[in-house]
Amino acid sequence: MAAGTGSGKTISATFAPLRLWLLLPSWLVIGIFLLIPVLLMLVYSFLTKEFRGGVIWEFSLAAYDQFLFDRGLFGDDPPQIEWAYINIFIRSILQALGATVLCLLIGFPTAYYIATRPIQTRAIWLFLITIPYWVNLLIRTVSMKFLIRDNGPMNDFLLGIGVIDAPLQLINTNIAVQLGLFYSYLPFMVLPIYASVERYNFALSEAASDLYASKWTILWRILLPVVKPGIVAGCILVFVPSLGAFLAPDLLGGAKTFMIGSLIEEQFKGNAGNWPFGAAASMILLSMVLVVLLFYARAQAREQT
Amino acid sequence: MTASVALKAVRKDFGTFTALSDVSFDIADNEFFTLLGPSGCGKTTLLRMIAGFEETTAGTIHLYGDEIENLPPDKRPVNTVFQNYALFPHMTVAENIGFSLKMLRWSAADIKARVAEMVEMVQLGAFVHRKPSQMSGGQQQRVALARAMAPRPKVLLLDEPLSALDLKLRQEMRAELKKLQRETGITFVFVTHDQEEALSMSDRIAVMSAGQLQQIGTPGEIYEHPANRFVADFIGETNLIAASVTAVDGLNVTCTLADGEVVQALANRALSVGAEGVVSLRPERLSISKTAPVDGLAGQSLQGVLGEAVYLGTDTQFQVQLAQSGTTDLSLKVRMQNSLSQAREFSQGDRVFVSIADGAARFLVD
Repeated sequence: MAAGTGSGKTISATFAPLRLWLLLPSWLVIGIFLLIPVLLMLVYSFLTKEFRGGVIWEFSLAAYDQFLFDRGLFGDDPPQIEWAYINIFIRSILQALGATVLCLLIGFPTAYYIATRPIQTRAIWLFLITIPYWVNLLIRTVSMKFLIRDNGPMNDFLLGIGVIDAPLQLINTNIAVQLGLFYSYLPFMVLPIYASVERYNFALSEAASDLYASKWTILWRILLPVVKPGIVAGCILVFVPSLGAFLAPDLLGGAKTFMIGSLIEEQFKGNAGNWPFGAAASMILLSMVLVVLLFYARAQAREQT
Repeated sequence: MTASVALKAVRKDFGTFTALSDVSFDIADNEFFTLLGPSGCGKTTLLRMIAGFEETTAGTIHLYGDEIENLPPDKRPVNTVFQNYALFPHMTVAENIGFSLKMLRWSAADIKARVAEMVEMVQLGAFVHRKPSQMSGGQQQRVALARAMAPRPKVLLLDEPLSALDLKLRQEMRAELKKLQRETGITFVFVTHDQEEALSMSDRIAVMSAGQLQQIGTPGEIYEHPANRFVADFIGETNLIAASVTAVDGLNVTCTLADGEVVQALANRALSVGAEGVVSLRPERLSISKTAPVDGLAGQSLQGVLGEAVYLGTDTQFQVQLAQSGTTDLSLKVRMQNSLSQAREFSQGDRVFVSIADGAARFLVD
């Protein structure tokens, strides 16, 4: 035992410099793709905007002030809460939640189905799920538009089988945006749930059945709690990008479905933009997401003990 | 008295593969009944059919007189201890044990009392608030037992429950299981491939092979009077030597081995002269000596040359090469207690006499 520990130490001492080198790539990735962009956004959000896009290097709280307060047309009225942007945020959260629920309702049975197929055919099903994602997101979103437009195939089908008398007008509605987000992020829900259902020990379901639980009870009290990590991971992976999405709202929704992603996008596009304001909105979005994740992490930690 | 479990002509096919064919037997009330056989013999399938996890292809299963083979598992008053326990990982020990009671809509107070009782029974009082992952294999196994026994099943099904434990713990649990069974009076149906486990715990054993029942009997009956060659070979160790019958007196037969030596044996069924079969000689019922046994009866002793000796602690196992005849190579395993035998007296190459204990030889035809 003692000898083992001793030799372990020698090995780690010998390889210490090597270990630093091996860690370097991950630090580079985290630094270049995570820390620097986020810090850049943080700094920009506290700078003064230049008239035609870009920034002036001068500290200012104007971006956050503009987001939260309404000071009238000339900026000298007593400050009032600015609801316009807050409303966009609330609407975005609701849209993202809706898309997450939709993905979960469709994604869970799909993942369960795939995970319970014979092992040789599972790869084929997963492959089928991911095929559409080889196509650019923009193209996919546009094709969704064609699919659900007034005289598109979906309406033709529903009219054909007699479910509806007049075409459903989905374009430019919240439902269209939901469908777009759903289509964009479904695999992010299916894959983590698939992974946890595949690892699920079906003897647990048998045991529960043996102990007088009905099928329904087994689903709610055994299967779902045990595969919950996969469900939560899927929900986070769908919710977070849905919250900041701008393609689906832009292409499928109208002015009434304006979301955070579009708001931020506008600030950086063309000459009319306001970089510090876009950066500030991004930081607010980021902190909201972080709060959600922190709550989740704490709940997880509590459950472990 | 009605049988606790009665199987009648039960058959199970998986596609074209027949896992069980025409199995019929009764398990008595309060019995510790073991299904014993090598893997793939259908014992687990049979247990799963009693539990309700597999449907019968044909035949009926009765539980205390009630036909149950069409009921789903949650409607059968039997509970199972699973091979790898299948404890609910997200629930504490207490929640695991109380799960079935909750499903049966017991009151909270009754559940609490029963869980406390079960926890005490398996001596896990200090662990009620732990999750299964925080417990050792032996403790998990006790939780599984308590969970299955909590709803007071009429029959408890145990699917190789000890196979995941290490040897020492397994031996402890054997005694404990047997004691639990006797104290609670619940019928236990125990599946195992370990013949030692089966012999040490069971009231009766059903030996199975290739989807068919080979023999049912007490451990003693199965060991002493195997119904056929498979049972003799599977239960304990034995020497099986091809022989043919030369004289018959009821079930007592005189048979001749390939090398011409003669052995008196008890046949597993009525035979006539000329029948071909095997003589089964248990190694521990044989002994060796350098001189011919003085009171040796005809057909109770063989001659050979001593081969290798293997020291086994309590015993020594000797290999004895019998006289060769043509291509057949006849050898016997002989096991003698080290406290009795003068093991050191023998050395490889000695000419020895092998004595067969009185009434120990069996003649088996399939």
